[in-house]
Amino acid sequence: MTATLFTNARLIDPEAQTDAPGSLLVQGGVIEAIDAPAPEGATVIDCQGRALAPGIIDWGVKIGEPGERHKESFRSAGLAAAAGGVTTIVARPDTAPPIDTPESLEFVTRRAADAPVNIRHMAALTKAREGREMVEIGFLTDAGAVAFTDGVRQVADTRLLSRCMTYARGLGALIVGHPQDADLSRGAAATSGKFASIYGIPAVSPVAEVIGLDRDLALAQMTGCRWHADQITTARALPALRRARDAGLDVTAGISIHHLTLNEYDIGDYRTFFRFTPPLRSEDDRLAMVQAVADGLIDVIASFHTPQDEESKRLPFEAAAPGAVGLQTLLPAAMRLYHGGGLTLPQLWRAMSLNPARRLGLPGGRLSVGAPADLVLFDPDAPFVLDRFTLLSKSKNTPFDGARMEGRVIGTWVAGRRVFGGEP
Amino acid sequence: MTFRARHLLGIDHLAPPEIVTLLDLAEDYVALNRRTVKHADALEGMTLINMFFENSTRTQASFELAGKRLGADVMNMAVAHSSVKKGETLIDTALTLNAMQPDLLVVRHPHSGAVNLLAEKVNCAVINAGDGRHEHPTQALLDALTIRRAKGRLHRLTVAICGDIANSRVARSNLLLLGKMENRLRLIGPATLMPAGAGEMGVELFEDMREGLKGADVVMMLRLQKERMDGGFIPSEREYFHRFGLDAEKLACAAPDAIVMHPGPMNRGVEIDGTIADDINRSVIQDQVEMGVAVRMAALDLLARNLRAERGRAAAGVMV
Repeated sequence: MTATLFTNARLIDPEAQTDAPGSLLVQGGVIEAIDAPAPEGATVIDCQGRALAPGIIDWGVKIGEPGERHKESFRSAGLAAAAGGVTTIVARPDTAPPIDTPESLEFVTRRAADAPVNIRHMAALTKAREGREMVEIGFLTDAGAVAFTDGVRQVADTRLLSRCMTYARGLGALIVGHPQDADLSRGAAATSGKFASIYGIPAVSPVAEVIGLDRDLALAQMTGCRWHADQITTARALPALRRARDAGLDVTAGISIHHLTLNEYDIGDYRTFFRFTPPLRSEDDRLAMVQAVADGLIDVIASFHTPQDEESKRLPFEAAAPGAVGLQTLLPAAMRLYHGGGLTLPQLWRAMSLNPARRLGLPGGRLSVGAPADLVLFDPDAPFVLDRFTLLSKSKNTPFDGARMEGRVIGTWVAGRRVFGGEP
Repeated sequence: MTFRARHLLGIDHLAPPEIVTLLDLAEDYVALNRRTVKHADALEGMTLINMFFENSTRTQASFELAGKRLGADVMNMAVAHSSVKKGETLIDTALTLNAMQPDLLVVRHPHSGAVNLLAEKVNCAVINAGDGRHEHPTQALLDALTIRRAKGRLHRLTVAICGDIANSRVARSNLLLLGKMENRLRLIGPATLMPAGAGEMGVELFEDMREGLKGADVVMMLRLQKERMDGGFIPSEREYFHRFGLDAEKLACAAPDAIVMHPGPMNRGVEIDGTIADDINRSVIQDQVEMGVAVRMAALDLLARNLRAERGRAAAGVMV
């Protein structure tokens, strides 16, 4: 493979937390040098001052294989990812059937070859995600599972969860929890408060998240397990997370881009594309979470890409399926936080690329010499109006349909190979 | 005429002059309904479909009578028992009915917002006859007419709404309407039946019913909606009646000329004592039923006028 030199770039380095002009040389699928001259015969790409950053590592993507390929396949998800600057998809195991055996993990690993980007898989924590028996954590780790989670099903049986965590600790496996109290959350489609009361939508208090988090953190402390909260979305949960971090527990937390850019009032007249699990929160909570990302208390931002077909959404709000696609809108939505939310590009890339790589033991997320050449070149200022039918996902359920956004991906490279975009 | 709405989906969308217009027209229909010959021709030749995804006897009968007295062809669809069970979606059911060219569609549905969703998909006028815990606009309008007739005005009254407010669309629509008309509103009930965020809605909250009824001009009781209860909101019916059931002793705390209302159907001995409900000097519960037909006639009439005007403009090729 010939060398490629990216010149005249704005290099976003989440490790050094720098945002500075420079050039970057790629050879043999890895980053060969920074600010070095072009070797003989190298392809030169003039970035025209646009931002060049490590590709996004999107942690928690639902792909419809197996079971719901009409909603999303590995190929369609991969194309959407490439167009969205996502170079690694970390797929969820909440498929039908779930990924809960080495055999099913092997199947999706094979199917993932259809996608032009890297795909890593999480496995279920309990068999059939039923919360009764733990999966073969050892075999699944050997087969490549990067983490274990039952998705949005909280493991209600505290004794079983404590055993899973104790067992996982011995193997160094990472458990991803959904810290939302299941009883309080039952049937809820919004956050309780004035908005949900006036619109008559079944709602849950943000306290469900505090209760769920407190329990899981206590178990993480008891067992010493490596633990990650998939989504922390309310200010009330932050003190517990802060205490756990200060006490030295090996715990991290994520949040969806939707909870950072939308609030409960965006639901408006029962717009089902704004139904999420957990539900959208108040504006006060949203602002607190943006600050928590800036402070590094929330480690990971992800799209929680959840494809749903049209029929699942053309229903009354409380009956509609939750979730939104996000592989292609994660980057432009994140630009809202850059342009108007007070976050810098290195801070955003720490949460969208470096931290997921570190936590999951993946090689990407860095702009340093020797790191894989998984890169995204984008114009953070380019404006556009989103038309959901232009998205490459098979499903078009995005809350940003018709929204004015900024941030256009110009090119995406995986291991030095261009997977999206023509000449810049 | 100040009534511009294409649909009647909720009180939220109505301006005070529209409410007054509707109530004034309803007064005419009260007079008509008391005559022996009760026919008017406002809906002559039009088709009205009652589509109830939730069981209802009273509201459906009230709409049916309202439509028939105005000369419409009325059809009742008990959807709760038919196509939904065969897996048809709400939107498909709506489109199927829409293809039969109805002019007015009255819809009740167990999910909040379902009637709004349906209204987007059809080209007739839609009336919300109750959607989940959201709104029940004709109930609030008939309550308003009842209050206006009993009290001589619809503003600067102290109105106490008591009972299962969290699960009640009647309470929501009444709060909106009476709030728009500048009344003093109180909510009374156990904390488990209060909606979250009620404190931000510009109302006074009471857990002590005697305290909450002090000086009230209007006492509006709500049905304890057993069918909506997941269970566990109150310990027992008898404790509920003891604390929040309206009896003579509690009613004595209200203004001496306070009226007692209930949207029905009543659970006697649970939220209201039978003798209070039957006291013709205090209870206006039967008036509410009578006003219901008149208010629904007024709503159907106004929507039909707007529909005709809209179709007239479309036929004349006028851009709207």
